[in-house]
Amino acid sequence: MRRITLGEDAVSEPDLLLDATEIRKSFLGLKALDGVDFSVRKGEIHALLGENGAGKSTLIKVLTGVHKPDSGAIELDGQAVAVRDPMHAQQLGIGTVYQEVNLLPNLTVAENLYIGRQPRRFGLVDTRTMQKQARALLARYDIEIDVGAQLSSFSIAVQQLVAIARAVDMSGSVLILDEPTASLDSHEVELLFGVMRKLRDRGLGIVFITHFLDQVYAVSDRITVLRNGKLVGTRQTSDLMKVDLVSMMLGRTLAAATEHGRRAAPPPSERKISFSDFGRARSVAPFDLTISAGEVVGVAGLLGSGRTETARLLFGIDLPDRGTITVDGKPVRIASPRDAIRLGFGLCPEDRKADGIVGDLSVRENIALALQARRGWLRRMSTREQTELADRFVKALDIRTTDIEKPVKLLSGGNQQKVILARWLATQPRFLILDEPTRGIDVGAHAEIIELINKLCDEGLGLLVISSEIEEIVAYSTRVRVLRDRVHAGELAGAEISTDNIMRAIAAEHGAAR
Amino acid sequence: MSGLGSGLRKAAPQLACLAVILFFNWLAFPGFFDLRLQDGRLFGSLVDVLNRGAPVAILAIGMTAVIASKGVDLSVGAVMAMAGAVAATMTVEGYSLPVVLLSSLAVGIACGLLNGLLVAVLELQPIVATLILMVAGRGIAQLITEGVIVTFVEPGLIFFGTGSFLGLPMPVIIAAALALLTVLVVRRTALGLLIESIGVNRSASTYAGINSRLLIVMIYTFCGFCAALAGIIAAADIRGADANNAGLWLELDAILAVVIGGTSLLGGRFSILMSVLGAIIIQSMNTGILISGFPPEYNLIVKAAVIILILLVQAASLSGFKLLLRPGAAATARKAEA
Repeated sequence: MRRITLGEDAVSEPDLLLDATEIRKSFLGLKALDGVDFSVRKGEIHALLGENGAGKSTLIKVLTGVHKPDSGAIELDGQAVAVRDPMHAQQLGIGTVYQEVNLLPNLTVAENLYIGRQPRRFGLVDTRTMQKQARALLARYDIEIDVGAQLSSFSIAVQQLVAIARAVDMSGSVLILDEPTASLDSHEVELLFGVMRKLRDRGLGIVFITHFLDQVYAVSDRITVLRNGKLVGTRQTSDLMKVDLVSMMLGRTLAAATEHGRRAAPPPSERKISFSDFGRARSVAPFDLTISAGEVVGVAGLLGSGRTETARLLFGIDLPDRGTITVDGKPVRIASPRDAIRLGFGLCPEDRKADGIVGDLSVRENIALALQARRGWLRRMSTREQTELADRFVKALDIRTTDIEKPVKLLSGGNQQKVILARWLATQPRFLILDEPTRGIDVGAHAEIIELINKLCDEGLGLLVISSEIEEIVAYSTRVRVLRDRVHAGELAGAEISTDNIMRAIAAEHGAAR
Repeated sequence: MSGLGSGLRKAAPQLACLAVILFFNWLAFPGFFDLRLQDGRLFGSLVDVLNRGAPVAILAIGMTAVIASKGVDLSVGAVMAMAGAVAATMTVEGYSLPVVLLSSLAVGIACGLLNGLLVAVLELQPIVATLILMVAGRGIAQLITEGVIVTFVEPGLIFFGTGSFLGLPMPVIIAAALALLTVLVVRRTALGLLIESIGVNRSASTYAGINSRLLIVMIYTFCGFCAALAGIIAAADIRGADANNAGLWLELDAILAVVIGGTSLLGGRFSILMSVLGAIIIQSMNTGILISGFPPEYNLIVKAAVIILILLVQAASLSGFKLLLRPGAAATARKAEA
């Protein structure tokens, strides 16, 4: 059992610091929070978990006064409160430390701790007293650093601790840590956890947001899981199996039908792309990966497990610091997306709006873009050529648009996704990477895209499909790569492929499954 | 033909503005539309407008490409001064005309290259990156002229400022030729599409395999070339190089011309010819204020008022007619241009 302290008394007689009930919040008719209950007790570390879009950040923003809830009540120490803004939240005792440290790197540590409330003497800032207080404050966290030095001269971990010290000193009742460990190494994480436990023992309530499940079990007392704006549940960490936690997050139960991959492995092919010992520090640990013509490799893993990082590495957006690539047995080098495209690669990125569509350009131009870029600027595709190409793909992929001259940003998400797919198919690729191809698109288009993936695979394309939808991965993959904490942790093939096994693999700890 | 029609329709607010300004010019100076041919050359206020507007039009051509790529080049005025200083100084020192022209243009190209590298490779914000040369360039120009106004009498160089060809002043011919050539290159190759693409979404363009970095360097280099060309014309016009005043504040006129022409400062869709039209509008206004006898102090204020008006008209027409014009408007407008 991993639980660390917290006497049973505290559990049976919960000493509620913060109690939010039935919180609802919509943006433009979209429910971001749908009747969520969330509470923080005195002296606990409460992990708040959920995949992208689950509503974690909206909940935090409601608690800290950035957003006003549409309905619901927030009680602090038994008193109903209406948090006006983040400043008010601080005064009420709710301090927040964000993932990107929101301090001023060009000021000294002491100034950062006391900015806006510096001790004064004769109307001037009393630097000496301020530094003395700063040293005393940090000493409580066992941090001994030169408080007169610039904040930026210290590691992110120390900056993080300074931010925590400031938040606790100012608010000191509830502390919200939004992905504090995202850019820390394991030693620094331990340091942070030490401080968190110390604060908990002093009676603070800590809300801990992270994507790393191991860390959740290492430090938290309770876990709340959100999914699609709804509360899935709040459990004692000690009572919740890891595999159950994963199924809470992904919305699948192990009892669900264990459908097996229906796709048989293709006959061994000479046409294949191999990445070996491929990796990049602080991005993805070195891995081997081979994709043959006519097979779909599914990539499963939680958010932050290194899925998108893998895609960026394979496509030459991030450069690997080790490893080699061979295409059909011949060694090649990929230093940019252009190199990758020349080899017949394509990537439909996760963030369609930021990295995929060129919003103001027409559907026609968006479809022609990659082919035109590969041809070079001198060999312009005539408007007629572009129109023929666009018409062909609008028909083949059933892209719903009134007109191919319409700016692509006016299309629905699913149709935008098809336009980007068309852009790559127009280049007649041999290897396509699809990063979350079905995210944010409606049910109809969803099914069509999955059908399309199967069809492309039958036509001999090699595909790597990253998805959070495990059932989807099961439906089309010939092999499934499972990522955990930025490591390619395992691979399932053939009959092993089932939602059950994938979830177990995602949840598994090193060595033994919990 | 329908392409030309919708192109004209798109330019309607700008053309209307120009018509109103010309009308007021005519009220202020009834001889405004008079043209006469003398020694095989056209004279008249209209020709004057085109002639005086040519340097800004040339700057606006380069600036259009830069702004379409979601950038801006503040250094063009200073680059004009540098190119003019180089041309004047080398002419005085007795270099032949081709050497003078090539060196002067090379200076502009080098400046553009520097801007491009700062923006594309070091990824500085364009406004900051080009501010460097905007400030330093004028200093360099003064170093070249050693702090004095260098005058020259070489007829070959002067021809570029005051000569005429086919009855039109040389600056007008150069600006028109550059505009047509640029439209041709940009729309007959894929450059136009690629520039618009990186202007709208650089990240997505890079993912699609566009060499955004190289393209941005090329765009700024071209803009530097245009600035040098305008600098040579300005120097030839006054038969001397004034490092302090040549091209002063013209970067703002060039940006304004592009904006009046309808290219968004946020990048994306652009039209070279519309920017040139913008430059003509600005110059008609300048000329109008001068010939109407307003004290020059009012010049800038009147100009500001008119510009606000133009932008308001544009904004209103865009929001009102956008949906009506939308299907194919952009593409056909480009056809009309090419």
